[in-house]
Amino acid sequence: MSTSILLVFIIVMLVAIYALGYGRSMSLAKTVGGVPGLNSLPFYYGMLTVLWSAIPAALLLGVWLIFQADIIEMLVVQQLPEDIRGLEKDEINLILNKIYNVAYGQYVGDTPPFVIASAEFILGLERNSQWLVSIVVLLSMAIIAAIIWLKIHPKMKARVRVEAIFKNMLLACACIAILTTIGIVFSVLFESLRFFQQVSVFEFLFGLEWAPQAHDGEQVPGKNSGFGALPLFAGTLLIASIAMLIAVPTGLMSAIYLSEYAPRRARAIIKPLLEVLAGIPTVVYGFIAALTVAPFIRDVAIVLGLDSVVRVSSDSALAAGLVMGVMIIPFISSLSDDVINAVPQSLRDGALALGATTSEVVKLVVIPAALPGIVGSILLAVSRAIGETMIVMMAAGLAAKITANPLDSVTTVTVQIVTLLVGDQEFDSPKTLAAFALGLVLFIVTLSLNYISLHVVKKYREHYE
Amino acid sequence: MHESKKRPDNTSTTSHVDKVKLSLKKRYRAEKRFRMYGIMSVSIGLFALIGLFYQVISNGIGAFQQTYIQLQLEFDPASLGITDASSEEQLRLGDYGKIIQNALFTHIDKPQDRKQRRELYNLVSVGANFHLHKQLTQHPELLGREVTYWLLADDDVDTYFKSRESNQPFTGRLSNSQVTWIEKLISTGHVKTKFNKAFFTSGDSAEPEQAGILGALLGSFFTLVVTLVLSFPIGVAAAIYLEEYAPVNRFTDFIEVNINNLAAVPSVIFGLLGLAIFLNFFEMPRSIPLVGGLVLTLMTLPTIIISSRAAIKAVPPSIRQAALGMGASKMQTIWHHVLPLALPGMMTGTIIGMAQALGETAPLLMIGMVAFIVDIPGSVNDPSTVLPVQIFLWSDSPERAFVERTSAAIMVLLGFLLAMNTLAVLMRKKLERRR
Repeated sequence: MSTSILLVFIIVMLVAIYALGYGRSMSLAKTVGGVPGLNSLPFYYGMLTVLWSAIPAALLLGVWLIFQADIIEMLVVQQLPEDIRGLEKDEINLILNKIYNVAYGQYVGDTPPFVIASAEFILGLERNSQWLVSIVVLLSMAIIAAIIWLKIHPKMKARVRVEAIFKNMLLACACIAILTTIGIVFSVLFESLRFFQQVSVFEFLFGLEWAPQAHDGEQVPGKNSGFGALPLFAGTLLIASIAMLIAVPTGLMSAIYLSEYAPRRARAIIKPLLEVLAGIPTVVYGFIAALTVAPFIRDVAIVLGLDSVVRVSSDSALAAGLVMGVMIIPFISSLSDDVINAVPQSLRDGALALGATTSEVVKLVVIPAALPGIVGSILLAVSRAIGETMIVMMAAGLAAKITANPLDSVTTVTVQIVTLLVGDQEFDSPKTLAAFALGLVLFIVTLSLNYISLHVVKKYREHYE
Repeated sequence: MHESKKRPDNTSTTSHVDKVKLSLKKRYRAEKRFRMYGIMSVSIGLFALIGLFYQVISNGIGAFQQTYIQLQLEFDPASLGITDASSEEQLRLGDYGKIIQNALFTHIDKPQDRKQRRELYNLVSVGANFHLHKQLTQHPELLGREVTYWLLADDDVDTYFKSRESNQPFTGRLSNSQVTWIEKLISTGHVKTKFNKAFFTSGDSAEPEQAGILGALLGSFFTLVVTLVLSFPIGVAAAIYLEEYAPVNRFTDFIEVNINNLAAVPSVIFGLLGLAIFLNFFEMPRSIPLVGGLVLTLMTLPTIIISSRAAIKAVPPSIRQAALGMGASKMQTIWHHVLPLALPGMMTGTIIGMAQALGETAPLLMIGMVAFIVDIPGSVNDPSTVLPVQIFLWSDSPERAFVERTSAAIMVLLGFLLAMNTLAVLMRKKLERRR
């Protein structure tokens, strides 16, 4: 029985179980003078039966699905011929791969008889396992439902119990956020630790040469080079600074204009239009940056004769930074708009009454009052610029170098993470593990920026409320 | 300069009013300048928006039209090598290129050079062969007959023909003799553009003229379905817990801080998480919408939780108190009163989260959704790609014709995003009216 059919069976069965629980309470109600004689409404008796039989079944099914593949693999290895089981782990894995490919009909070519036998063994095991899990799950549901059915009596506090389960389920959902964070921290941290066993932290953080692609061959522990991430940090910083140079003044001025000057109707049109910029997928920005902006910048630079002074590349940090800046404008303008609007009108009125012009009010009253919030929004924008991937991936190039020349191609942390991990790769080479180490750095940096800015924004907001 | 001229007045009457009056001009200029900066900033943003849409539309509009070449084809059994039209094997092995060549020779003198013959044959897309194969399979009676067909042209011919119509310089790779042949075909009216149906009905292809977005669209669809099915109930449940049940303590604070932080974690990090947990630990297959959906669920959950909490917070406490006062339990209050009122707000947040997920690329590259997949996925377990990744893949292709297709795919993607955001805005409006 395939999993999807099993799910249909489970759902049908749950409906039946609900009906059983409901019916049981109704028939009990007759003996105690109708539904008012029951502790809870019949719905809760049905629901309780369903929940108590569904939750263990779901857990059972989940555990089974997770471990099924491992157990099958273990059994397959055990039935392999003696001489093969004695091989190295890597070689056994190769043979296992072949067996799986044969089993799923993806492999054509000559195969030793034991491979075919094992493939058939796997298919048999999988069939049996599917049947077994189906029977176990459905049977356990039926047994639990029967037990509950027998236990239902008019004094049973079904509603309280259902609500307790309900509350715990809600709590479990809320905990997924924690689980995700733990997942991120652990997965990134563990792989990074493996990386740092082979490459020293110092070398990674301060090394000047980034050339992980050169590391395909044998590794000598502690003797790796080419994993100096400083050029990546420099590239990230260069592009993020260009982006912030564009986004901060424009975003801030847009926010000021929209909240202090623009007529209400214009604001109602312009603000959502600007916010469209934030909703455009970054891959679209990347495409425009690579197709239009980067060649344009290169042509302008060549016309101006800059190519005789500095290196002018067709993938430039400037192109990526410019486009990223445009992407971040609405981000800064919306957040600043919020904090500017939070400044009490009485402050403005007071300043205006003293004879200040609107720009003076903005410069001398509004901005100073809103400054912490604005700083917070800028920090959030910086963290977004550092974490942005697609634009830089498509427009900034892959050359890892330390340069302050915005017309040159550079690469960033995020780009390297993706490039190192796209495609099939083994997970013990420092080359792929380096991506996780970069991820760790990125996570720590963005997390601290977010934390500081959220803190600043929150603290500031409390002033006027 | 202005001030120095007026200084004599200033010294004679030193009242504050005059001082202010004198500095007024300067202050008004500063005011005007400041206002200009604001207008300029807004214009930069709007200009970028218009420029972006203009670029995409002007580049991509052509992809909805496709060039076809009209040929008088003879299904000649001898040239095809098919004697029996009912034999599948023979139909499959038939030399359809030969009859296309023969048809081309009726318009153009047969070149003697082998290389030139090849070039002539290359005017028509490889896809034309499959088309003829299909035709003959469906209508076996065509064997031996002569039929007029509009055959799919090669991508370079397509670009050439379109650039000719729009008076733009042609930058493709066609030989001089190919250009003369096309001109000849055009002058006799054998070339025209038709609506590019294949763009919406086929999957990815290495040949630009045959490449379509259906595979990526369905991949996006399945990924989003998984994301929606998981993230909406979990997000709403988490929001209900945090707003209605959670005691004020360290643990709840911790959950809150976590959610806020996750909302701002870069998407690549979620790609790392998906790779390490779903692919390496749980050993799920690469490139499937199920894993993509799981990764995007973790990514969109914070957005949905935050907006759902705002929606629940906006439900007036009096409604809860009234329900509780009537003897409803907490769960009944939530299910019967709070949720229905908060639902539009929750859905607005969910749609915005889904729009974000639809445009996301980077984490999906890392879980292998970047593979070249021609087959159209049929379920969440089939290898597939998604629309933004398809855009990324095409934007990397050297063929000129893919620029057009990339832009067209972007138009489709932006169309979906626009529709989703409009829906969210409408929903928010409706919600506001009710209060």
